[in-house]
Amino acid sequence: MSPAILLLLAVGLGLAGWISARSRAWAFRRDENVGRLAALPVYHAWYVALWVIVPLVAFISLWLIASPYLVEQSVLMSPAASDLPAAGFQRDTLLREAMAVANGTSPGVFNEAAKPLIEPFREALSRYNLIGILSTLIIGFLCGTWAFLRLKPDFTARTRVEKTVMAVLLLASLVAILTTLGIVASLVFETFRFFGMVSPIDFLFGTEWGPDPMSNPQNPDPTRFGAVPLFWGTIFIGAIIAMIVAIPLGLMSAIYLTQYAAPRVRSWLKPALEILAGVPTVVYGYFAALTVAPFIRDLAAMIGISGASSESALAAGLVMGVMIIPFVSSMADDSIAAVPQAMRDGSLAMGATTSETIKRVLVPAALPGIVAGIMLAISRAIGETMIVVMAASTAANLSANPLDRMTTVTVQIVKMLTGEGSFDHPATLSAFALGFVLFLVTLGLNFVALRVVKRFREAYD
Amino acid sequence: MTDAAASEITNELATRSAAFKARLQKRYAAERRFKFLGLFAVSFSVAVLAMLLVNMAINGIGGFQRAELAVPVDFAEGGIAADPAALARPDALQTLEAQGLPEIIEFYAQESLGEEAAAELSGNAWREVAQYIIASPALLREKTTLWLPASANLAGGYDGEGSLEMRALAERLEAEGKIDKRFDGGFLARSDATDPQAAGIWGALKGSMLTMIVTLLLAFPIGVMAALYLEEYAPKNRWTDFIELSINNLAAVPSIIFGLLGLAVFLTLFPGIRSTPIIGGMTLALMTLPVIVISGRNAIKAVPPSIRDGALAVGASPVQVVFHHVLPLALPGILTGTIIGMARALGETAPLLMVGMRLFVSTPPDGFTSPATVLPMQIFLWSDEVDRGFVERTSAAIIILLLFLLVMNGLAIYLRNKFEKKW
Repeated sequence: MSPAILLLLAVGLGLAGWISARSRAWAFRRDENVGRLAALPVYHAWYVALWVIVPLVAFISLWLIASPYLVEQSVLMSPAASDLPAAGFQRDTLLREAMAVANGTSPGVFNEAAKPLIEPFREALSRYNLIGILSTLIIGFLCGTWAFLRLKPDFTARTRVEKTVMAVLLLASLVAILTTLGIVASLVFETFRFFGMVSPIDFLFGTEWGPDPMSNPQNPDPTRFGAVPLFWGTIFIGAIIAMIVAIPLGLMSAIYLTQYAAPRVRSWLKPALEILAGVPTVVYGYFAALTVAPFIRDLAAMIGISGASSESALAAGLVMGVMIIPFVSSMADDSIAAVPQAMRDGSLAMGATTSETIKRVLVPAALPGIVAGIMLAISRAIGETMIVVMAASTAANLSANPLDRMTTVTVQIVKMLTGEGSFDHPATLSAFALGFVLFLVTLGLNFVALRVVKRFREAYD
Repeated sequence: MTDAAASEITNELATRSAAFKARLQKRYAAERRFKFLGLFAVSFSVAVLAMLLVNMAINGIGGFQRAELAVPVDFAEGGIAADPAALARPDALQTLEAQGLPEIIEFYAQESLGEEAAAELSGNAWREVAQYIIASPALLREKTTLWLPASANLAGGYDGEGSLEMRALAERLEAEGKIDKRFDGGFLARSDATDPQAAGIWGALKGSMLTMIVTLLLAFPIGVMAALYLEEYAPKNRWTDFIELSINNLAAVPSIIFGLLGLAVFLTLFPGIRSTPIIGGMTLALMTLPVIVISGRNAIKAVPPSIRDGALAVGASPVQVVFHHVLPLALPGILTGTIIGMARALGETAPLLMVGMRLFVSTPPDGFTSPATVLPMQIFLWSDEVDRGFVERTSAAIIILLLFLLVMNGLAIYLRNKFEKKW
């Protein structure tokens, strides 16, 4: 069923409630004996409208989740479903095909066995559509009438409406907590399933990575689930190569832009750096794979290094470093700007040159902020996906040679979850365990960075 | 300090001894080097940006063109009935096919280009002719030269790649003036295809738009309401600290983790709508929400307290203060933050990869619940193709994506400048 119809119905009922309540309140107002209303008519209107819309939206969201199951159950109860194979992948396919035809999204079925199911599906769909629409109407009408009957001249509609508004605002801010909980719960749940099949020790300390999604899921080979090469690849590409590029360039850019550049130059260069931050990572990934990686390979071949591959850790790391430059530079910019002007003036007054002032006064004073910025940059780099998916390889390799093929945590998450493997397989579940590790590490880095920034900011207040 | 030592120092300052001068020179040289390093760092970043843009532009210009063959067709002789009523019907394409349009095109192609080259006309060429005819039925009474797409092989040969025969054929046709690179307006109007000559971007663009609509409808209201609550009403206690901490943490969670969340939660709750704009939009909305909340709070914070006090003084309730006075004043700032968050969501690929929007979609999605792909995902999918034609198409798609982002960021800057207030 189309949720849009139900939502439109809810909005329509709400509007009807709004209008009728408003005219009712105006009628009170015109009444000579009543005098002043306790609330403006518009609040009476909103009171009734909210009483219609809030329960309806709650009902519709539940209904959208529940009704597909109800439809499926009633189809399975029908005599046509008796020939279906027992629960499993095949049955789901047949059900889905019949469902698509009954919905009108697909012109015909591929499997003959799904044909007898179409009619029961059509019937169930139309029956539950009717139930959904009727329930919406009844709930909306009942709630609306109840609210409408409560309207009186001395009814404090405004305070009630405002209480609801506050509740809605509070709910909206709870979405953040729900999202965090959702992330943690889904990651923890799947990670535990994974650790039920492969021991955490093998996962965290093993040095061989090569899960086989086609192997027997009941009996995984624990020696193939050692994630150390992935952690190493992530650190090497994101925290070492990328930072070797991003930290000096970002820091020097910030220093040049804040301390040396003329305002006119600055007004052109700063937006240019910001554009660099706004380029989608898939574009960087394409640039790395198409231009930078072959260039590095040719360069390596030219200076006589044999065996350089076109999917090197260096290419991914370099491009990722360039992506991070504006991030580092804006963080450094902020913390250098936070150093009191008096310190800079004092140093210059003593006869120090600008660069000496920067090196000996500004940067040391801004160091906690800069360090925090670098930690945030690292957390962003190790979570970066598209650049490494496109430019790094999928071969797990424990090596310190930047020209080697190397893979990262995010690449393996993508690889494990976009393959053909089933959801009960340890190879697929390992992606969630990797995601959990990534989540914890980036969270840790951010947490520490924010603490550092907080402490540092208090220093000059 | 002895008199002698003091006089020595004064002496040195007065005369500026050679050692002092040398030291000063050294310090000034260090200063110049340092400044130069700073300039180098900035120029390097700008140079990389320029290289990236130039690289994409050079490749991308080719992507807006395609190799086409000139085929003179005399429709008057072809004998296709030009019934405007039949051509206006949705099945006009089938009607034209039944009347032998593919054969007519093939015949004229063989006549003008020769057997060998006619075989290299794209298999879908007649469909494009049919589109022309449907657009202007008057064509059927005329004798015109149509430019029709060549096959991927011949296009490769024209670019100096591919097999030797194709290169020779392309050279012959070029000498006769029958093959040319022409602007391909259909690139913006078609969808994905296995043949780079027939591939277009409209499907992905439409998917992106639908996904962005879902993201905006979810993230904007929730984000604004959360920002209002936290900034205006929330009591300072553990609960609100916890909410604040979660929002700040969410802003820093890698995007792929949101993809894992979408995969584990949304696809379990709604198994029927995998790979659709609604699932993608919901996933991206959770990612965009913290950006909107944080920028919204800053915008609300910037509204001076005197406005709130003034409204409270004339008897407004706290809810009225916020909705009648604070929110309208903070809205431009909130919008700026929203546009920036949406721009980020528009360029995002990784979470969508997780929820299955990695699809070959040859027809544009016709709703929020039909399978779709998005612009960055199309770039990612095409980047895996080895065909030279796809390299150009990918760069062209990147140009479109970057243009969109430029427009969005430009809008954000415009809004910021227009509504920037100093109280």
